Amino acid sequence: MTFEAPDIQWAYLIPVAAVLGAGVLGVLVEAFVPRRARRVTQISLALVALAGAVVAVAALWSDVSDSGGVKVLDGALVVDGPALVLQGVVALLGLVALLVIADRTESGEDAFASAVAAVPGSDTEAEATRRGLAQTEVFPLVLFALGGMMLFPATADLLTLFVALEVLSLPLYLLAGMARRRRLLSQEASMKYFLLGAYASAFLLFGIALLYGFAGSVKLTDIAAAVGTPSDLDPLLLGGVVLVLVGLLFKVGAVPFHAWTPDAYQGAPTPITGFMAACTKVAAFGAMLRLVYVVLPPLEWDVVPLLSGVAVLTMLVGTVVAIVQTDVKRMLAYSSIAHAGFILVGVVALTASGVSGVLVYLLAYGLATIGAFAVVTLVREVNADGAVVAEATHLSQWAGLGKRSPLLAGAFTLFLLSFAGIPLTAGFTGKFAVFTAAVEGDLWWLALVGVLASAAAVFFYVRLIVLMYFTDPAGTPGEGTTVIGGEGFTIVAIGAAALGTILLGVLPSPILELLADAARFLP
Amino acid sequence: MNLSNYLVLSVLLFSIGATTVLVRRNAIIVFMGVELMLNAANLAFVTFARMHGDLTGQVVAFFVMVVAAAEVVVGLAIIVAIYRTRRSASVDDVNLLKS
Repeated sequence: MTFEAPDIQWAYLIPVAAVLGAGVLGVLVEAFVPRRARRVTQISLALVALAGAVVAVAALWSDVSDSGGVKVLDGALVVDGPALVLQGVVALLGLVALLVIADRTESGEDAFASAVAAVPGSDTEAEATRRGLAQTEVFPLVLFALGGMMLFPATADLLTLFVALEVLSLPLYLLAGMARRRRLLSQEASMKYFLLGAYASAFLLFGIALLYGFAGSVKLTDIAAAVGTPSDLDPLLLGGVVLVLVGLLFKVGAVPFHAWTPDAYQGAPTPITGFMAACTKVAAFGAMLRLVYVVLPPLEWDVVPLLSGVAVLTMLVGTVVAIVQTDVKRMLAYSSIAHAGFILVGVVALTASGVSGVLVYLLAYGLATIGAFAVVTLVREVNADGAVVAEATHLSQWAGLGKRSPLLAGAFTLFLLSFAGIPLTAGFTGKFAVFTAAVEGDLWWLALVGVLASAAAVFFYVRLIVLMYFTDPAGTPGEGTTVIGGEGFTIVAIGAAALGTILLGVLPSPILELLADAARFLP
Repeated sequence: MNLSNYLVLSVLLFSIGATTVLVRRNAIIVFMGVELMLNAANLAFVTFARMHGDLTGQVVAFFVMVVAAAEVVVGLAIIVAIYRTRRSASVDDVNLLKS
């Protein structure tokens, strides 16, 4: 028996390899770089790696759009138009999110506990905080999660899909539990996210086992070929497809698999909430698109009703429950559930315009989400001594923000309008793209439900805008809350997200054309 | 012996694991339920590999073992952190986050 060394086309792996490699380097930095220099080193390393990944994606662009895509690593990964777009979007959003994660208050406190392993309220914790320790492990963890997210939509076999899912999830479970303030909530969020996430990935894995039993291979191409030929193993196929879809729907937070979303989003450190809300959704919808468009077309009659039902439920539950929330992070969490429903409308359209519509929507949603959560990190409570403490997340604390900090309130208003899908913002471009795709795919009723749900969703976004500009806070204005400037990273991130939101809303055609060209999956 | 018996066993183990996650209160036991589900999937993979006369399923089982080990590391870290804070590993006691 001879061993044949696989032929690896490294050039196509550069975006992912840069990010994962920087993650590994980050672990070495923790071990060998002195504590004073660690934070600067980690931040520079992460920023350079992500910027490099964006550049590498751009450099691969013309090659991939000419050839239509290539399979690398013996068919385990596929670098085609949608995969490359999604990798670029994840890296770009990750870059913006990293700025928010890296930011500190004027007193040098970042969003993460000074010693995560110390018991909240203990002497060890107080000592670590007094000495100004910081968990710079956050940056490698974020890079590993981003690496997994960039692999996830590019997987051409189900084993790589499962491994990529775990690579992106495990760091997020940890990051969710690392908040500096309200540590009990943060740990609780981490545990709920972990247990439910592990539960869902076990379902996904069993689904993969059934699909392997059906097709005798874990490669998507082989499974797609087996789906097209009739056999007596159809129960395995249907069971497998449903279980794999359950695992993916869990990751995007679709109803009825959304139970973890509000708790994890509310309890996690706010920069991490923005990061995982935006980037996880991009990655998971990317993987779902590939599965639905490459493997499932012969199963259209079984899968479309299922996914349409989930989409309707997700839009309705997300919108209705968001209306009654009183915590701004929790409200944004339910709004992100509703957005998962809108994106699913584009997924079930099963047309080429559905793919590009979903890609546009993901970009628009990601920019607004990171921006909105970045604003939340800056609005803080003040304790009796006048020191800045945790984020002011109760809605009543946001009353009158427009008078005290017009620019920040203006940026937040822009992100909310984009969520609501008001014309001239990115959200409108995204909503228009997915709803027209659904109409083209003969699912006009689904598009109608989507339009009605977005109209209802406008209510709670506008309510928050009214609260910021036209409501006088109880007591003296600004009492108990303040707006911090940080070290400037967050301001830059908010500016970048706002600029992207406006550009994609005012001048969408270049991006739409680019994505329409890219929206072909390599079978 | 009929190979499909192994599949029945695998489905049975998976269901036991899934039920454990839903009905037990201790986070460690819940987590054991998840591990049982992963290993049930492994059994299915190996059985299918034998049925198809194909090595892929066995290779997948190895990958799953490694991933499960990584998951244990992360999961136990989270559960231990919560236990040290609250002196309890019951999932019912962790209920501060509510709408």
